[in-house]
Amino acid sequence: MTSSPAKTTSTVDLGPVDQIPVGEGRVFMVGRIPVAIFRDRDDNLFATQSLCPHKGGPLADGITGDGQLQCPLHSFKFELTTGNPIGNDCKSLKTYAVDVNGENNIEITIERPRRNVT
Amino acid sequence: MPETQRLVVVGNGMAGARFVEEILAKSGPEKFAVSMFGDEPQGNYNRILLSGVLSGTHDSKDIYINPLDWYERNGITLFAGVKAIGIDRQSKSVYASGGHLMPYDKLVLATGSLPFMPPISGLYTDDGALAPGVFAFRTLDDCTQMINHAANVRRAVVIGGGLLGLEAARGLMNRGLEVHVVHLAKHLMENQLDAESGGLLKETLEEMGVTFHLEKLTQRVTTGVTGDNHVNGVEFNDGTKLDCEMVVVSAGIRPNVDMAKLSGLNTRRGILVNDDLSCRNDPNIYAIGECIEHRSVTYGLVAPAWEQATILAGRLTMTDPHVRYEGSRTSTKLKVMGVELAVAGNVHADDERDEVVTYVEPSRGVYKKLIVRDGHITGAILLGDGTTAPRLLQAFDRDEQLPKDRAELLFPIMTESLADDIATLPDETQICNCNGVTKGAIVEAVNAGNRSYKSVSDATRAGSGCGSCKSQVEAVLEFAADGLIAEDPSAHYYVPSIPMGKTELIEAIKSQGLKSVSAVFNTLAGGREDPVSKIGLASLLKTIWDDEYDDERDARFINDRVHANIQKDGTFSVVPRIFGGITTPAELRRIADVAEKYNAGMVKITGGQRIDLLGIPKENLPHVWKELGMPSGHAYTKAFRTCKTCVGTDFCRFGLGDSTQLGIDIEKRFQGVEMPHKVKMAVSGCPRNCAEATVKDVGVIAIEGGKWEIYVGGAAGASVRKGDVLAVVDSPSEAIKVMGRFLQYYRENAKYLERTYGFVERIGIEPIRKLLMDETNAEPARLDEAMQSTVASYVDPWLEGLNPIHESQFLTKPVTSATVKKS
Ligand code: SRM
Ligand SMILES: Cc1cc2nc3c(=O)[nH]c(=O)nc-3n(C[C@H](O)[C@H](O)[C@H](O)COP(=O)(O)OP(=O)(O)OC[C@H]3O[C@@H](n4cnc5c(N)ncnc54)[C@H](O)[C@@H]3O)c2cc1C
Ligand code: SF4
Ligand code: FES
Repeated sequence: MTSSPAKTTSTVDLGPVDQIPVGEGRVFMVGRIPVAIFRDRDDNLFATQSLCPHKGGPLADGITGDGQLQCPLHSFKFELTTGNPIGNDCKSLKTYAVDVNGENNIEITIERPRRNVT
Repeated sequence: MPETQRLVVVGNGMAGARFVEEILAKSGPEKFAVSMFGDEPQGNYNRILLSGVLSGTHDSKDIYINPLDWYERNGITLFAGVKAIGIDRQSKSVYASGGHLMPYDKLVLATGSLPFMPPISGLYTDDGALAPGVFAFRTLDDCTQMINHAANVRRAVVIGGGLLGLEAARGLMNRGLEVHVVHLAKHLMENQLDAESGGLLKETLEEMGVTFHLEKLTQRVTTGVTGDNHVNGVEFNDGTKLDCEMVVVSAGIRPNVDMAKLSGLNTRRGILVNDDLSCRNDPNIYAIGECIEHRSVTYGLVAPAWEQATILAGRLTMTDPHVRYEGSRTSTKLKVMGVELAVAGNVHADDERDEVVTYVEPSRGVYKKLIVRDGHITGAILLGDGTTAPRLLQAFDRDEQLPKDRAELLFPIMTESLADDIATLPDETQICNCNGVTKGAIVEAVNAGNRSYKSVSDATRAGSGCGSCKSQVEAVLEFAADGLIAEDPSAHYYVPSIPMGKTELIEAIKSQGLKSVSAVFNTLAGGREDPVSKIGLASLLKTIWDDEYDDERDARFINDRVHANIQKDGTFSVVPRIFGGITTPAELRRIADVAEKYNAGMVKITGGQRIDLLGIPKENLPHVWKELGMPSGHAYTKAFRTCKTCVGTDFCRFGLGDSTQLGIDIEKRFQGVEMPHKVKMAVSGCPRNCAEATVKDVGVIAIEGGKWEIYVGGAAGASVRKGDVLAVVDSPSEAIKVMGRFLQYYRENAKYLERTYGFVERIGIEPIRKLLMDETNAEPARLDEAMQSTVASYVDPWLEGLNPIHESQFLTKPVTSATVKKS
């Protein structure tokens, strides 16, 4: 086990939640990280890595419902909150904390390793 | 003897737990007070399915046979996670870790076996545990740890190319690892296979991506010197090395005799038992499963273990007091990495009287071998094709005189389906080799009223072991039920999350006025939005409500959100409609310009007589459509697709009817009409049938006398089926009417994703013809009207390119983030 590197946490405002049609997902660049963000019927948001661990399917083009996400390419399913695979043995999706803030904007929190400047 | 006997079982694995089940089934609970010691913390699970857990086809939750509460419900005292340490045979009690002492009247040992760890240096750490990254493959815990470890590494080495090693290799490969199998012998599975079949199996598995290193002796597992001493490679006796971050040792098993030996019971390789399964030197102690040695034989498969469990339970409960164990057949059916394998007897010819029959088909990985002596089978291998396995194993088990034509045992009899094959089997033929269930037992269960696979399996246990006999169990069921098979009800649900067939669901949707997918979920599924059910519901609602449908876009598959077909790299293909396959130079020029301007990855003439521009990014779709100035060809959706035509009367010297015009008219009328699955059509101008109309969902052929034949239910894709003639009509307009009528009937009655070839076969052409062609009936007119209303509501979806339904409808380029707030 290697010791976990120091991390920085940043919270980013991604603009109005309306950019995502109800029930669908869209990809946002958060700094240099592409993140797929999904919006359900009750305006709950979920954020995962943007490409499917199976064969790189564009997850934001998938189908969602009941807290699950189905990849558009080969229909593998994942849990939106935990990123865990459902009925397949892909790796779990990376997930991010995301919410709607007071201005009805998408607010996402990203952790990334602090880079050592050499 | 006391009223209630104290029965203690050590080992809660496949033999021990089955034995207790048999005891419960054969006697009332009052006869025995049962206690069990199980070293593993869980209840009892199906060890065979660990391969499935490792490869991800089974969830560990799903492999339990008896969960912990089963023991409680049946009044069994289970010491889970408690290891029995020794037996005090004088006082007749078992002592166990944690200070437990359990007196017995009868003791049964079912301690299974232990993985054999060959003398390889570096396997263990100083404190005797396996080095980090080294695994054995025997228990659920092993399996969980392997899965966790595999998630973080790239390359694994499996030591041992026997059944278990190959299963481990498959599992790790499914988890994305690069897998190397190191094997000491000259070929794989040398206990079951001969050199040729072993070589063939190796080729098949190599094609799946496994790398093999044969005739190599592993000498050392190397570990990193810093940090956690993690394994980083293996070294062989020839001086070569292989880097890896994971090692699985699967070099065979050894009967687990430790405790028996310590307690003074006679052991050799296994615990020595008599034909009544009692230990040689203690009549109150019995042993079953992989830990025993009976008539000098030890076993490594579940079928003998279960046979022993049943026999011992029969004796102890006195329900079958004289039954003896006389050893188990050594034939077996297995699946190795998904490849079928049946092996019987000695697979090497070692007597000059032996006649050897072989059939080899390397390209399919099929190998069949029979060793025959004096007209009887002494050994057999069936690799890659198990169709005749039941017949062959049966002939072996019963030592039958073989037919003159050996081929009968190696190949299914021509034109004989699996079901016919089943009909000729005698009742004693064993179908499920794990549970020893015969054809006769399954037939009996079916006659007793079990008419679905699940209930037959529950009643007989057939199919509940490794599951490789499922198709044969189904075939027996089919044969015995005489067409009265009760399918699993959920097989009839229109979508998985709502327990209703299509008719019932349509009824509920109509009567409650449910016009959107979310309304259906709220009213009929308790608000649970099942993603898998969404698309099917959207298709159905559209058919029911036409333009009254409340179209929630998230219920559509991505293709139908952006009206193009998604490709492997996330770009899309564009297939504009070319009515009847007829185009013009100007149109071709436009297509060429657009393809060039938008950098289409490929321009292809499709099998459906039109042109496909592939590799278009989502955000360019609206521009491409606009500049093409052609309507959508619907090549991306479950709807009417295209109508192929032939040259027809205008130019062809044989033409009897104007097929091109009819093709154009058909496309104009039915374009965009949504269906349970895609629908393809064709029109041919004469019976030479150049447009292949007889193998389309709906096809039309012009025949002599100005008439047109209409075919339905044809196919030439995954299935091939010649369509049935639905009607012969007098004019193109009549043809279009009848086709529309059939299509509407298909829309209303087919299951979601049921092509017409399945649908027509299911309903039967006679009933369909009767319903659709008898115009004294009200139904034809109603269907015509419904189709007319759908056609009238058609709008070209590509117009959304000009007026997107949502500003981000065609967005793929990520939205870039705005302000960083905190850090
Ligand atoms: C483009 C085309 C191949 C070509 O270059 O010729 C094609 C391409 C695809 N076919 Fe096909 N089929 C094409 C003609 C056919 C034909 C021949 C025909 O239509 O004359 C068949 C056999 C007839 C039939 O439909 O059964 C055919 C039988 C299939 C099947 C098997 C369906 C079945 O149940 O038998 C599938 C899979 C499915 O539908 O589930 C399929 C699925 C596909 C998909 C859509 C796979 C997918 O879901 O992404 C392919 C899209 C490739 C892509 O990346 O865009 N394609 N496909 C043809 C488009 C015809 C058109 O102009 O619309
Ligand atoms: C991955 C895998 C795949 C397999 N695939 C197949 C297959 O396809 N077909 C087939 O026929 N067979 C297969 N087998 C073999 C099959 O699982 C065994 O033949 C079967 O489990 C033997 O049953 P058993 O009860 O003798 O031993 P086990 O099932 O191993 O049970 C023994 C139990 O006793 C416990 N125990 C041992 N000592 C003590 C003690 N002192 N105190 C308390 N508890 C103790 C152990 O913890 C264990 O739970 C497979 C095995 C594995 C590991
Ligand atoms: S046959 Fe059809 S589905 Fe298969 S690869 Fe070709 S285009 Fe794709
Ligand atoms: S790429 Fe996601 S399921 Fe295959």
